[in-house]
Amino acid sequence: MNINWFKYASPASFYPLAGKMIPWFAVPAVILAVIGLIMGLFILPPDFKQGESYRIIFIHVPAAWMSMVIYLAMAFWAIIGMVWNSRLSSMMATALAPTGAIFCFLALWTGALWGKPTWGTYWVWDARLTTQLILLFMYFGYMALHAAIEDPRRAARASGLLAVVGAFNVPIIYFSVQWWNTLHQGASITPTKSEMAASMASVMLIMAIAAWLYSIAVTLKRVRCEILDRERHAAWVAELSTEAK
Amino acid sequence: MLAIFHTILARELTLGLRRKADVLMTLFFCVIVASMFPLAVGPEPALLKTMGAGIIWVAALLASLLSLERLFSADYIDGTLEQMIISRHPLALIVFAKVVAHWLTTGLPLVLISPLLALQYGLEVQDGLVLVATLLIGTPILSLLGAVGAALTLGLRGGGVLISLLVLPLFVPVLIFGAAAVDDAAAGLVIEGHFSLLGAMLVSALILTPWAVASALRISIE
Repeated sequence: MNINWFKYASPASFYPLAGKMIPWFAVPAVILAVIGLIMGLFILPPDFKQGESYRIIFIHVPAAWMSMVIYLAMAFWAIIGMVWNSRLSSMMATALAPTGAIFCFLALWTGALWGKPTWGTYWVWDARLTTQLILLFMYFGYMALHAAIEDPRRAARASGLLAVVGAFNVPIIYFSVQWWNTLHQGASITPTKSEMAASMASVMLIMAIAAWLYSIAVTLKRVRCEILDRERHAAWVAELSTEAK
Repeated sequence: MLAIFHTILARELTLGLRRKADVLMTLFFCVIVASMFPLAVGPEPALLKTMGAGIIWVAALLASLLSLERLFSADYIDGTLEQMIISRHPLALIVFAKVVAHWLTTGLPLVLISPLLALQYGLEVQDGLVLVATLLIGTPILSLLGAVGAALTLGLRGGGVLISLLVLPLFVPVLIFGAAAVDDAAAGLVIEGHFSLLGAMLVSALILTPWAVASALRISIE
């Protein structure tokens, strides 16, 4: 099998491919999410320690994972875009950002809702929470910079550089916040590290896969819009719109 | 190589010192921000003593943030920056000289005024010295990281607010270790670790950020 990968680095040939790929990710995402939510919210028994509130974990943990993975993916595409100067890579980075920010916000929100009944407070300045909050600010910074620059080429390259600088800083921020917290008050409130039941772990895995598939599908959809927007003066886009008529 | 560094440094320092108002403005801003806190939280000496290091650090951080927009804007408007980019000298070195000059005219004055602020908050002399030392290592990191933000937002509408959004998250580690060193010194703990980490951050920022700033400037100019 000898696929010419670079063929799909061109927006014109990636656009129809992305269109064909979306259902292959979107449909399993919906199926898995429905299965995971039904199992997690209705079928699994309540936790003996936390009662019903632990069910938030099935949304919370996949969201937190995705928020970090997507930032790294964004930085990855930004680096590829810098090295090969390919337009599509920077469009991918741009398309990923809103999904990452949404997952980051979702992780914070569900964490707060879970924290109230479990820890007795919506928010603590715990290392993970603080890092997640700063990550959200970094997503906002990325999107704000992209939105503030009118020239799409400069917008893509400037925000790409910011994503890379940010990716270097995420581990530094994570460890500094962790040390800051442990230095000051020790881990006073952390979730008890109990062995997770196998049924719970498998539901969480289902939800995590659903979150991955959803992110890919949504990103492909968004990159298609981005391609049309950026290439609107290209001949093939004009052909596409006349075909549609 | 060194000649261009000296030339740029001398130029920037001359320009910086001729605009005395800019230098003093940053300094006063820091003092004013630090003076607002006792008015807001109440004048109890014990409370102020515990909060002092953190507040002075945040005030210094905001003050250096305020001065970042000036770093490239004047050269950008009159076209000097373009000449710097197309010159045969490495842009990273020119940028480095500019950042050093920027730190000497904004960061260093903040370091020098900090003992006065430490006195206001009733910090012990020894802790005040630790504060000065953390600021001495920490403020150059703020200038270096901030330069990346300043270069990326060059010539944009609302650049000042945007810089804050971009670089404040990156300032977090510096703030944490800077303020924590003073707190731990006050509690009688070992503080070498904080200084090692701040030093490590300074060295990595010295090595990496000039390149990042240079490429950000190239992106912004073209």
